[in-house]
Amino acid sequence: MTELDLDSADGRREALRRMVTIRAFDQEAGNRFADGEIPGFVHLYIGEEAVGVGTCASLDPDDYIASTHRGHGHCIAKGLDPKYMMAELYGKAEGYCNGKGGSMHIADVDAGMLGANGIVGAGPPMATGAALSIDYQDRDQVAVGFLGDGAVAQGQVHEAINLASTWDLPAIFVVENNHYGEGTPVEKQHNLDNLSDTAQAYDIPGVTVDGMDITAVAEAIAEARDRARAGDGPTMVEAQTYRYRGHYEGDEEPYRDDDEIERWKEQDPIESFKDRLIERGELTQEEFDDLESEIESTIEDAVEYAQAADYPEPSAAYEDMFVDQPPELQHFANVARTDGGASGGDHR
Amino acid sequence: MTAQAELELETETMTVREAIRQGLREELERDEDVYLIGEDVGLFGGVLEVTGGLYEEFGGERVRDTPISEAGFMGAATGAAATGTRPVVELMFSDFMGVSMEQIMNQMAKMHYMFGGKAELPVTVRTTEGGGMGAASQHSGTVHTWIAHFPGLKAVAPGTAASAKGLTKAAIRSDDPVFVFENKMIYEQSGEVPTDEGFTVPIGEAAVEREGEDVTVVATQRLVGESLGVADSLEGDVSVEVIDPRSLYPLDTDTIVESVEKTGRLVVADESPLSYGTHAEIIARVQEEAFFSLDAPIMRVGTPDTHMPFSPPLEQEVLPGDDDVKAAIQRIS
Repeated sequence: MTELDLDSADGRREALRRMVTIRAFDQEAGNRFADGEIPGFVHLYIGEEAVGVGTCASLDPDDYIASTHRGHGHCIAKGLDPKYMMAELYGKAEGYCNGKGGSMHIADVDAGMLGANGIVGAGPPMATGAALSIDYQDRDQVAVGFLGDGAVAQGQVHEAINLASTWDLPAIFVVENNHYGEGTPVEKQHNLDNLSDTAQAYDIPGVTVDGMDITAVAEAIAEARDRARAGDGPTMVEAQTYRYRGHYEGDEEPYRDDDEIERWKEQDPIESFKDRLIERGELTQEEFDDLESEIESTIEDAVEYAQAADYPEPSAAYEDMFVDQPPELQHFANVARTDGGASGGDHR
Repeated sequence: MTAQAELELETETMTVREAIRQGLREELERDEDVYLIGEDVGLFGGVLEVTGGLYEEFGGERVRDTPISEAGFMGAATGAAATGTRPVVELMFSDFMGVSMEQIMNQMAKMHYMFGGKAELPVTVRTTEGGGMGAASQHSGTVHTWIAHFPGLKAVAPGTAASAKGLTKAAIRSDDPVFVFENKMIYEQSGEVPTDEGFTVPIGEAAVEREGEDVTVVATQRLVGESLGVADSLEGDVSVEVIDPRSLYPLDTDTIVESVEKTGRLVVADESPLSYGTHAEIIARVQEEAFFSLDAPIMRVGTPDTHMPFSPPLEQEVLPGDDDVKAAIQRIS
């Protein structure tokens, strides 16, 4: 995999590739959800690509991220494979979580991705914890906790940042302000113009950057990373961005109008970065078109892989509750193996 | 280590508090990735003095005071456990679990499963339970049923000094999240405790604390000692077997069932509220496995669905104790 790094031409090309991959992945996830192939809920990251990729562009591969319910973009930014991601969305055994997590809990701990999270505001305490391990073992890493504008109102977010600040932990809190907490505009949720102003309460740096501009995000994260690695503690970076799709797929979006969406699309993070690379002579429109079709076929392959993959065996429902499996669960696993499952699982 | 091997170990007499502290100290010495975090665990030595002296011995990095921030440090402990260290959290009173419940139920309990087994969470949570010291409703609860009930968490609750040490050490060595519920009224209770550093009490193994023929009493925490006292007082009249399950989830059903198959009678004594609880689970398992061995209805001793009142006479009214255990035994024998 090419290194994601905005300081080199190859790294910039890789950043563009990951942003386009996120968009293609989520567009297809939305289509397949609409077709009824993907169960549950999906929350798409389209429009916010520069935040996830810009953040990961300033991290090392062994740094940690703790994600949100809108986590597909963070996964791809961190380098996860769309094939196993799609399999996870389909609930298949080959998925990153063997089909047990789905879109809202997709994770790859070995890759430093500590999980999408179905609870708004639950990622920052996780990031603080990862930063605690890093600090305790004196490792040269950082941990990023992503959160949305809505999560800034959560008590556990305050607690996580306060702990990280009090202990000078190597954490970075990235507020993805997409201007809506589910269906409620940000100004109805907070009495602040810049959510990064909350950083003052912890005596840590808080900056607000243009989240549609990957360079602006990457620069802010690089500064935060250097501060964290130097042992000076956490930083809050608010990235002002916008989601083009609803809170979840199927959301009728009564809370905003099309004009607003169109205005944000004028600052599209992929278009603007692509134009910049073309201006710098690092990319031609033709090369971009080729990149797009290459990624499109990668995503098609991912869908085909997910469709063809097997569902987990029924007995897998009783596995992975614990490292050391208690007899209580072993009983049900044995029954499922013997009778092929679908027994209701409600009696001993 | 088997129960037989436990008996052959060299022991010292010490209190439950000292036994837990010795267990913590041994694990801190054994494994550098282990550290304690919680409110006042360091400088103060723990509000109930369990961690006293450990801060001086191991320093503030390994015996780490936290802000009063249960959701924050419970979440941080979960994240830390997922990323290579082994935090031991002290939650000062189990009543404060509500403040941190999101991190317990939606993160700690579910992460290993949701991620298909790919995150290991070696985190221990020690917390205190129980009435009897006039601490009133928000500092006297017995909530272990919540944790034992909630999938993805293990729950242990020692009734003796030896099991307090052994379970604490087993919890810290476990790669799963384990909650250790310490009844605050037995911290001063003494017992023989193995001093061998290898001694642990395996999670999921009950202890037959006293053998008997007529009635089985499954008792937890403070009620283990009280039930043993009752058994002695009934000697010659009723022969009582006392079992401390020690581990509530997983539960050593076999040891309990084997005893009931012998005695045909069962009393379950646990300080948690009676309705929908720990008693009900133990009884359900016994009737599933030993229905035809039962000679009498199964009795429950617990807190009768109230909170812990402040006024001492009221607290004594609702707190289950030896009189209640005795009455239950006599009613079915």
